[in-house]
Amino acid sequence: MNDLTIKTQLPARREIPHTVSPGLWTLAWRRLKTDSIAMVSLAIVAAFILLMVLSGLGVVAKDWAREIGINYAPPTFLGPDAVPGSPEVTNKVEAPAVPSGPTPGSAFNSTVVDPIGDVIAELKGGGARPAPGASPGTESKFVDPLGDVMKEIESQRAAPVTDGKSVDPLADVMKDIQAGKEAKGSAAAADDRRATLPFGADKWGRDVIAKTIKGSETSIFVGLAAALVASLIGSVLGAFAGYYGRWVDDALNWFYSVFSSIPYLLLILAVAAVLQHKGTMTIVLILGLTGWTGMFRLIRAEYLKHKGREYVQAADAIGASNARRMFKHIFPNVSHVVLVQMSILVVAFIKSEVILSFLGFGVPVDVVSWGSMLNEAQNELLLGKWWQLVAAGGTMAVLVTAFSLFTDALRDALDPKLKGKAGH
Amino acid sequence: MWAYVIRRVWQMLPTMLGVVLLVFILFNLFGGDPAYVLAGKISNPEQIDNIRRQLGVDRPYYVQLGIFLQQIVTGDFGASWSTNEKVSQILATRLGPSLTVLVPLLIIETLIAVGLALAVAYVRGSLTDRMVMIVCTVGLSISILVYIIVFQYVLAYKLGWFPVQGWGNDFTENLVKYASLPILIGLVVGIAPNLRLYRTFVLDEINQDYVRTARAKGVGENRIMWVHVLRNASIPIITHVMAALPGLLIGAFLIERFFSIPGIGREVILAVERSDFPVIKALTVYVAIATMLANLAADLMYKAVDPRVQLK
Repeated sequence: MNDLTIKTQLPARREIPHTVSPGLWTLAWRRLKTDSIAMVSLAIVAAFILLMVLSGLGVVAKDWAREIGINYAPPTFLGPDAVPGSPEVTNKVEAPAVPSGPTPGSAFNSTVVDPIGDVIAELKGGGARPAPGASPGTESKFVDPLGDVMKEIESQRAAPVTDGKSVDPLADVMKDIQAGKEAKGSAAAADDRRATLPFGADKWGRDVIAKTIKGSETSIFVGLAAALVASLIGSVLGAFAGYYGRWVDDALNWFYSVFSSIPYLLLILAVAAVLQHKGTMTIVLILGLTGWTGMFRLIRAEYLKHKGREYVQAADAIGASNARRMFKHIFPNVSHVVLVQMSILVVAFIKSEVILSFLGFGVPVDVVSWGSMLNEAQNELLLGKWWQLVAAGGTMAVLVTAFSLFTDALRDALDPKLKGKAGH
Repeated sequence: MWAYVIRRVWQMLPTMLGVVLLVFILFNLFGGDPAYVLAGKISNPEQIDNIRRQLGVDRPYYVQLGIFLQQIVTGDFGASWSTNEKVSQILATRLGPSLTVLVPLLIIETLIAVGLALAVAYVRGSLTDRMVMIVCTVGLSISILVYIIVFQYVLAYKLGWFPVQGWGNDFTENLVKYASLPILIGLVVGIAPNLRLYRTFVLDEINQDYVRTARAKGVGENRIMWVHVLRNASIPIITHVMAALPGLLIGAFLIERFFSIPGIGREVILAVERSDFPVIKALTVYVAIATMLANLAADLMYKAVDPRVQLK
């Protein structure tokens, strides 16, 4: 049939002015504006995305890796830690004769929980860090109160101490990798370290707020980018399957059923096992290449519905090519489905990235994400240092709540017939 | 019915073949040379050649694919690359602990979620309904990691109500002592999304004509909800539960990891950490087959629930 269509180059015609009735998007925006919950969640989501862009451009949280506080500096509203050796005398060596082992109930007194660790940390003056490769540990780590101490001792052994500062070249390399150039001289500046920070510090004295902002950048970027990749794959394949039908549809449906018969998390983990190269883009690819199935099914159904409609027949009659009909004529009419599904995917991918990074299969060690923060927080909680857990978990919960509520409102606004039938 | 089952299984074959191909392409083509993984850091070319010959990766791809197909059919995937334990042995021994946690979890979760969904849908639009929905939305937004970390810390480590982690050899001991906190966390995490979903299923039914008819002929409200509405709403609920079944095996991997439960999910994580390809390959293929069979079982259960359903 397509061979018979005569392609004629029509001269570009001047647009005839006519009264424009509001389009789908205008109407949807009007409906959305009346929904106060939707607008609040949109504002929160927009603020997070702005934060991501600013952090990515290096405007905020550029110095997140600088060790500006003492190790585990508590939040300002709690006041300085009740550690016997005050933070000003960081290099003084104390030898407490406290038995090593956790004492439940000593929430904010780190010397009782982990005496050797603190002493060693003071010895080093914050110089050498435990090897980052050791961090996503085995399952025994969680209950082993000596685990941290041992790690400190090991890194201590590797780094001979002179005058309280580490001279191990490897430790410095590690630090450079992790902390960037700002970290240089932080050992010398140990005396300037602050006893408290607005929302506390992590194990190495890095500001938790700056770290959370940097972590948000990574997690939100991965969520958005992976949703873009998955949407692109899903909608292009869905368009082809629905539009062409027949053997194209059969083949792509087979492809779809292969991907969807493997449980999603298992598929992600299998791909993560194969792709040994770690990086932010790797996770984007893993999530994008595995998460397109839902989009495919929806878009295929939409194209099946649309391909027989009059406007597509009209486009055929004026000689529009298949590609033009698919993407120029039909696509704008299904784009609202893509948008809503994409919004759902962002939330799902942020959650997946956090789990992957937590397990150590996600972002590399020199990149911070909510998942890697939660990984650190897991051990910190045993020492009573709850602030990093609250910061990462809380920020993520706020964003995901806002994003989910906005998605629900967006779907209601774009498809009012569905209103009140909010699904999953 | 048997003709239907046979036809469905027959239709599964292309998909199964696709899964096998996908796994093969992933691990044998993109997976890198397993000999380097096996030989470790210090290795000489001779050693690597030896390992390659043993694994058969020096043979052409079609021979390797044949070996893989043979492994799937016989269930003999050889030995794990890191522990040298038989892969079939690993799968068999890890299934028990996983099921000990997952079966009670699934049953309790479904009962509570369905019960709550009926109750919440009955008072739809009320303050209670909206509060429950808000709690669900917020609860869903908190990472599962946060739930596990906090619950394990507070309930097990601080309060000592449960063991922090561990697993024994005795089934009752495992179920009562070690599985209870993991099940509790699974319930907290799992009820919210299911409740939201089941509520919409019930809402779809609650305005139907048959409900009004039942009310008109004087059927009690309890009977309407628990017998009439529930039976009709159960088709989508069954679909959902059955679809979640195989994923649950893997989905609880975080809980298994935190509580050191020697189950399938924890095995997957360990295998990924160690690049233990035979274990991941075997698990992926078998779980995919289980998923397809679960879908078939769901379709057969429709017939039991709703006699109008025609198996075609």
